[in-house]
Amino acid sequence: MPAIEILGLEKTYQVGFWRKRPKRALDPLHLTVEEGEIFGFLGPNGAGKTTTLKLLMGLVFPTRGSARILGQEWTNPEVKAQIGFLPEQPYFYDYLTAHELLDYYGQLSGVSTSDRQRRIPEMLSRVGLSDVKGLQLRKFSKGMLQRVGIAQAILHDPKLVFFDEPMSGLDPLGRREVRDLMEQLKQEGKTVFFSTHILSDAEALCDRVAIIHKGQLRGVGAVEDLTSTVQGKVEVVWQGAQIPAGIKALGAECHVTGENVRAVINEKQQDVVIDVLRREHTRLISITPLRTSLEAYFVEKLQHSQTAAGTTGGAD
Amino acid sequence: MSPRRRTTALAATCLAISMTACVLLVRHVDRLRPVVGDQDVLYVDSPKMIKRASLGFDGLMACIYWTRTVQYFGHRHYNGTTSYNELAPLLEITTALDPHMFPAYEFGASFLAPKPPNGAGQPDRAIQLMEYGIAHNPDNWQLYYNLGFIYYTEVKDYKKASEAFDRGSRVPNAHPFLKIMAARMAENAGDFATARLLWSATFETSKQTDIRQNAMEHLRCIQVDEDVTQLQDAVTRFGQDTGRLPASMSELATAEHLPGIPVDPDGEAYQLAAEGRILVQHPENFPFITKGTPPGYKPAARPKFHTTL
Amino acid sequence: MNARIAYIASNTFREAVRDRVLYNLIAFALLLSGAAILVGQISIDIERLVVINLGLTAVSLFGVIIAIFIGIGLVSKEIEKRTLYTVLSRPVRRWEFIVGKFFGLAGTLVVNTFFMGIGVFGALLYVAHKFARPDAGILVALYFIILEFLIICSLALLFSSFSSPLLSAVFAFSLFVIGSFADDLRGFAGLTHGFTRWVATGAAYLVPNFSALNVISVVAHQQSIGLQLILHNTLYALCYATMALSGAVLIFDRRNLK
Repeated sequence: MPAIEILGLEKTYQVGFWRKRPKRALDPLHLTVEEGEIFGFLGPNGAGKTTTLKLLMGLVFPTRGSARILGQEWTNPEVKAQIGFLPEQPYFYDYLTAHELLDYYGQLSGVSTSDRQRRIPEMLSRVGLSDVKGLQLRKFSKGMLQRVGIAQAILHDPKLVFFDEPMSGLDPLGRREVRDLMEQLKQEGKTVFFSTHILSDAEALCDRVAIIHKGQLRGVGAVEDLTSTVQGKVEVVWQGAQIPAGIKALGAECHVTGENVRAVINEKQQDVVIDVLRREHTRLISITPLRTSLEAYFVEKLQHSQTAAGTTGGAD
Repeated sequence: MSPRRRTTALAATCLAISMTACVLLVRHVDRLRPVVGDQDVLYVDSPKMIKRASLGFDGLMACIYWTRTVQYFGHRHYNGTTSYNELAPLLEITTALDPHMFPAYEFGASFLAPKPPNGAGQPDRAIQLMEYGIAHNPDNWQLYYNLGFIYYTEVKDYKKASEAFDRGSRVPNAHPFLKIMAARMAENAGDFATARLLWSATFETSKQTDIRQNAMEHLRCIQVDEDVTQLQDAVTRFGQDTGRLPASMSELATAEHLPGIPVDPDGEAYQLAAEGRILVQHPENFPFITKGTPPGYKPAARPKFHTTL
Repeated sequence: MNARIAYIASNTFREAVRDRVLYNLIAFALLLSGAAILVGQISIDIERLVVINLGLTAVSLFGVIIAIFIGIGLVSKEIEKRTLYTVLSRPVRRWEFIVGKFFGLAGTLVVNTFFMGIGVFGALLYVAHKFARPDAGILVALYFIILEFLIICSLALLFSSFSSPLLSAVFAFSLFVIGSFADDLRGFAGLTHGFTRWVATGAAYLVPNFSALNVISVVAHQQSIGLQLILHNTLYALCYATMALSGAVLIFDRRNLK
C-alpha cells in the first residue's frame, strides 16, 4: 500500500481586493510515495511545496482533487494519529517548556500518560535537547526550536512523517544530525516525505525525488536513475599543467585547474589515456565515471519550462 | 456524510436554534427585570454629573436621553399613569447635554406644564426649561412661542404671555403670528379665536406626532366649547323671547334658523338637558372641554385621543 | 473527543495564567476596589453604595478587557504565529479546537472573577464592618458578570476565527459597548419606520443584551433579584454563546490557513 497517493490535488487562490483574480498555486498533482522510502520534494522557493504539504495536512482546502494517506482519505482525522508534521520555521507556544509542549502534543495525539512520560525524555535526547528542563520555549534558539519541532513530529511514533525544510536554521553539525535521524527513521520502517531546496541533502538521503516548479510537477524518479552515468563518459584527473599530445589528439575536453588537469573522455578511450599518461610519467590522480548531479537535472528541468527563472537549486 | 459536512450541518442547526432562542428570550426579559421601569431610566438625577460622565460624547448621550424621554412619556401616558416625576429631569438632562435639541423644548412646553393626566403639572419647571433654551438659542423664535404658550394655556398669565410673544416677534425671521398673538394677549386673551390661533400655530409648526395630536385634540375641544357657548346663548335668548325653555333641540334649531340639529366635531348631536343645559353626548371624547359637561363631571383619568394623524 | 477538548482548554488556561498582562489587570482592578473605599469615605452613608458600584463596575470592565486581550490570542494570534499548524496536524477536529479554547478562556475568567470578587467583598467588609443579608445580591451580580464574560469570550472567538487580532479586539469591544445600551437601541428601533426599523430591530435583538445582565445598581440599592431572571439570563447567555460559537465553528472550519 502506498504511503501517500496524491490524486490530482489542485489549489487556486482568489486574490486581489475583490478576490476576483485567480492565482494558481498548484496544478493538478499526481504523485505516489511508497512505504518505507525517503521521498524528497524539491523545488525553488514559491514552487508549491509548502502548499502541497498544507493541503495534505488539511490546513488548506483543495480546489479539486483528493489524496489518500496510509490508505485512508486524507480528510479523515484519525489518520493524523499516524502522521507527524514539522512545518517550515515553526513557532510554538513560547510560554511552555519543551517538556510541557511535547506533553500537550502527546495528549492531543492520543498518547497515553505512561507512554508520554517514557517517550518525552527519549525524544528530547534523540534530537539532542536533554538539558532544557524548565526553560521556556521563548528562550530557545532557532536551532533548538527546530529540534523541538522534529521531536514533536515523531513523538507519537507515526508511520509517516512530513518535514517542511527540516534543515533550515541548522548549522552543519545540526544538519548532519537531522540527516542521520532521517536515516534512522527509514530504518525503523517509517516513510519520510520532506521538502527542501537544498539538493545535496536530497541527493544524499532520498530514494526518490519529485521536482516541482511554479505549481507544476516537472519530474519524478529514483535518485539513482536521474543521476545515472552520462552516456559512458569518464573523467580523468592528472597532476601537472600539460596536456599530452596523445590525449589532445583524442579531441577530449580538458581543463586546467590549479595544479591538475581534468579531461572528459569516452569510456572506450580510457585505456589509451592511461597508456599515454604512463608513457609521459604523469601522475594519475583519479578516474571517475561521470554522473549527472541532481543539480544539473534540476536546472535542466526548470529551464525546460520556458522560464528564465534564474534560480539555481544550489542556492541556499 | 463526510465529517466536515456533519460538523457544518450540526453547527448550522445550533446557530439557527440558538439565534431564535436569543431573540425570544430578549423579548421576554423585560418583564422579569427588577423594578427597572423608570427609575433606572435616569440613573443619576443631576445634569451636570451626566455631562461629566459622558466623556465628551454629549451629543450621543443627548440622543439617548431624548429617546428615553419619548419612550418614558408614551409608555406612561398610554398606561394611564397620572404622575410623570421623571419627565422634568429627563428633559433637563437632555437639554443640558445638548442645548440645541429643539424637540425637547417643544415637548416640555406641551407636556411638562399641563396638569395630570395630560402632563406633569409642573409649569414652573417648564418655564425654566424654556428660559434655559432661550438663553442658549436667543435667535430661535419658537422657544419664545413655547414660553408664551405655557403662560397662556396653563399659568393663564396673559401679560407674561404677551411679553413672551413680543420678545419672540423681534427675532429675525420670526413667524408673523407672534406679533398678532402678542396683541391678542393684551386684549382678547379669553377669546376662542385666540385659543384657536395658538393651537393651530402649534399644530402647523411642530413636527412631532405627539404634539400635533395634542394640538388637534385641543382644537376639537375649542370647537366644542365655542359651540356649547353659542348654543347656551341661544337657549338664553329663546328664554328671553318665549319665556320658557325650548322643548327640544330641533325647536331650538328652528328658532335659530340653523340648517339642522347642531353636531359636535364627531358628528354627534348636542343635547338639551332638562334645565336648559347644553350637553355633549360623549364628553370622554373631548378631554379638554370646559363646557357642555354635566355637573360634577370629572374627566377620565385616562384621556382618550381619538384622532389619528 | 472530550479528552482533547479538555486538553485544549487546560492549555489555554495555562497560557492565560502565564500571561503577565493578566496580572497587571487584576492588580489594577483590586486597586480600584481599594480606591472605592477612599471615595466612599468622602460622603457619609453612601460608602457602601460607592464600594459596590465602583467595585463591581471595575470587575466587569476589567474582566471584559481581559477577556478581549486574551480572547484575541485565541485564534487570530495562533493563525498569525502559525502555532496552529502543529496542533491541527494531529487528530484534533477544528471545532474541538474552538470549543476547547472557549472553555479554557471561560475558566480563566471565572477564576479571575473569583479573585476580584474577593476584593470587592473585602472592601465592603472594611467600610461596612459586617455583611448584611442583601449583600448576597452581590454574588448574583458577580454571576451575571461571569455570564457577560461568557458572551464576550464567544464573540472574541467568533471574530478571531476570521479577522486579525487587532480587528477582533475592536469588534468585540464595540459589541460590548453597544450591548450595554441594548435597551436604548431597542427603544430607538421602536421609533423608526420602514427599512431603518427592520435593520435597527434586527440589530437590537442580535446585539448581546448586557442591559439585562447589569444589575449593579440594583444590588447596590439592596434590592432583590428574582430567580426567574437568574434562570432566564443563564439561558440567554448559554444560547448566545452557542450562537457565537456555532458561527465561529462554521467559519473556522472553512478557513484556509495560509
